[in-house]
Amino acid sequence: MPTTENKAVLREELKDRVKDIVKDDYAYGFHDDDIQYSFKSRKGLDERMVREISALKKEPEWMLERRLQAYRTFLRYPLPSFLSTDALEHIDFDNIYYFMRASDRAQRDWKDVPEGVRRTFDRLGVPEAERNFLAGVSAQYDSEVVYHSVKEELSSKGVLFTDMDSALREHGDIVRKYFGTVIPTGDNKFAALNTAVWSGGSFVYVPKGVEVAIPLQAYFRINSDNMGQFERTLIIADEGAKVHYLEGCTAPTYSEHALHSAVVELIAMKGATIRYTTIQNWSKNVYNLVTKRAFAYENARVEWIDGNLGSCLTVKYPAIHLKGEGASGEVMSVAFAGKGQHQDAGARVIAFAPNTSATVTSKSISKDGGRTSYRGLVRVMKGVQKVQVHTVCDALLMDEGSRSDTYPTMQVDEKDVNIGHEATVSKIGDEQLFYLTSRGVTADQARLMIVNGFMEPFTKELPLEYAVELRRLMELEMEGGIG
Amino acid sequence: MSEVLLKIEGLRVAVGEKEILKGVDLTVRRGEIHALMGPNGSGKSTLSNAIMGHPHYRITEGRIWFKGEDITEMPTDEKARKGVFLAFQYPVAIPGVTVTNFLRAITKARRGEEGPAKEFRAEMAGAMQTLAMDPAFARRYVNDGFSGGEKKRCEMLQMALLKPELAILDETDSGLDIDALKVVCDGINRIFNPQMAMLIITHYQRMLNYVTPHRVHVFVAGRVVESGGSELVAALESEGYDRFIKKSLAAA
Ligand SMILES: Nc1ncnc2c1ncn2[C@@H]1O[C@H](COP(=O)(O)OP(=O)(O)OP(=O)(O)O)[C@@H](O)[C@H]1O
Ligand SMILES: [Mg+2]
Repeated sequence: MPTTENKAVLREELKDRVKDIVKDDYAYGFHDDDIQYSFKSRKGLDERMVREISALKKEPEWMLERRLQAYRTFLRYPLPSFLSTDALEHIDFDNIYYFMRASDRAQRDWKDVPEGVRRTFDRLGVPEAERNFLAGVSAQYDSEVVYHSVKEELSSKGVLFTDMDSALREHGDIVRKYFGTVIPTGDNKFAALNTAVWSGGSFVYVPKGVEVAIPLQAYFRINSDNMGQFERTLIIADEGAKVHYLEGCTAPTYSEHALHSAVVELIAMKGATIRYTTIQNWSKNVYNLVTKRAFAYENARVEWIDGNLGSCLTVKYPAIHLKGEGASGEVMSVAFAGKGQHQDAGARVIAFAPNTSATVTSKSISKDGGRTSYRGLVRVMKGVQKVQVHTVCDALLMDEGSRSDTYPTMQVDEKDVNIGHEATVSKIGDEQLFYLTSRGVTADQARLMIVNGFMEPFTKELPLEYAVELRRLMELEMEGGIG
Repeated sequence: MSEVLLKIEGLRVAVGEKEILKGVDLTVRRGEIHALMGPNGSGKSTLSNAIMGHPHYRITEGRIWFKGEDITEMPTDEKARKGVFLAFQYPVAIPGVTVTNFLRAITKARRGEEGPAKEFRAEMAGAMQTLAMDPAFARRYVNDGFSGGEKKRCEMLQMALLKPELAILDETDSGLDIDALKVVCDGINRIFNPQMAMLIITHYQRMLNYVTPHRVHVFVAGRVVESGGSELVAALESEGYDRFIKKSLAAA
């Protein structure tokens, strides 16, 4: 198969758009063996482990209490039952590392980051990304943030952008005020687990009226067998503030299952706007069970831009609670499921206030027997009028054995609301393939063009370097199924 | 006589179990324009699809040569890169792929190399101007929501950039209004050169008034039943296909 040519074509095309972002030696799935872990925790979880994590981080008492309470909740709660898959039952909770760190503390200077870690980030292009567009980089290596920088203009405006561990130490009062208010400990089993063992993640606070012009960006990465990663992200945009936060993930391939269970809480106060962009590309053995929820108060706007390519099972339904009159939101997602993968993605929109609106666009691609499902909830609380929620789900099937399902749930009692749902499923067509090949592009290139075209409404929402990375990942995914 | 570009011998093509082409013979030389005319459903599009290698059209007998090379079983993309081009009767949409990106990808595939982006854009803009296309077109998605006439222009735009040696134009005139027809035909005349050949499939004389064919073939029930000069076009226009259909029945 002419995949080299295929690769070359794409590379050229990308080069044309951004010269030096794509590094020639960028490789997906690389694995650094020579990283020295200064602390290696044992597998499995018990109360002593939870206490150790908290003690190691020198946390305040209230956080330890929170962790312990969450640990007990985690033990008590059953696995989620709504998933029509038994995949979750394969998770061996005793065979997972719940905490690990690559360096002793967060470091501001890139040069101080351990060599092996630096090489990994070099391959991910973090420094380039920073040089080109970034305001601040918060790059997480395993459970601990090892590299972090915030540009001076941000701090001069009073914007706080740091890893959660540091935030707890340096801005304890703000963290305490908002931590767990959007997603309480008892929300679900995995949120409870995250609360018990969380480590790393990002903390952002944007003061009243401040608009952060450049996206805040963090790179996350799992890099150890059976490594559980439980990052915790909290973003608060105060009244009239505006911020765009981005995170992207890649992971090397391992033989045993790894669990990734993040909690992301967003709070958009009156008139504030938060856009949260993610592309996740965990290796195929990762269970990715994420709880993401946002509160949008009066006239606030929240946008989840969410791309899921990797993992064996992703369960993720970014939620928006429209809590104040005039609030609006958007969930735009793309999921790719190849062989042995199930992407169970969706969105949850709940209207607590009148004159609110949201749009949900879900795009999914299934290939080589992969499975995607959309699980959506639209709920309008009693007595709430003038709500508009529009959902569009488009699924593209690359072959016969692949599958896509839609499970929309609507709970609406009120009359003066406008709730719409559209779903299409299409197969990659012989006519499109013939048309493209009749112009001289190979069948592989043609498929990639069709897929990239299908994803375009999503891709065009991304900053350029993310669009480039996504296209590259898709190219690799498309190649993956060949030969 | 100039070199034979396309030679088709005894071509039989089936769709499913149904045989549609029943032994087609055709020879097209460099520098020639051929017109292929025939009633609806006679198999003209089937012939063009079979030449290009559409997977649904099964060649059961016969051969196709291009510049002396047997291309009967050659993959579609390879034929295209060698210089065979088909302007579709019904071009399909490729949502999310802009005309610019599409044209860049296909010209690169055909030429085997990618020139500077700036030069490409200038070349594209020039070709679009020739075809009286609004520059905004370049940002639209390929054939997505295009009107019938816009699709046909977009096909000609591709031909202009790919510079094929053999171009098959399947009813490029249908869906064009009178002014557009003139613009498109002017474009075709400008693209045409003695190094290439064209096979123009059409139902009407009006296109052939602008683009003068060297040879005209009448196609009935999966076969070429008569070939001649452009006087055949006038005969068809006044008499219709009756005489040829009878001839075809007699031959069968
Ligand atoms: N993909 C297909 N599946 C089934 N039947 C087909 C297919 N393609 C062509 N046919 C049949 O083959 C016959 C010839 O069709 P074709 O499109 O080649 O005719 P045509 O000469 O191009 O007609 P028109 O002038 O209307 O374009 C018709 O009966 C048509 O229904
Ligand atoms: Mg036809």
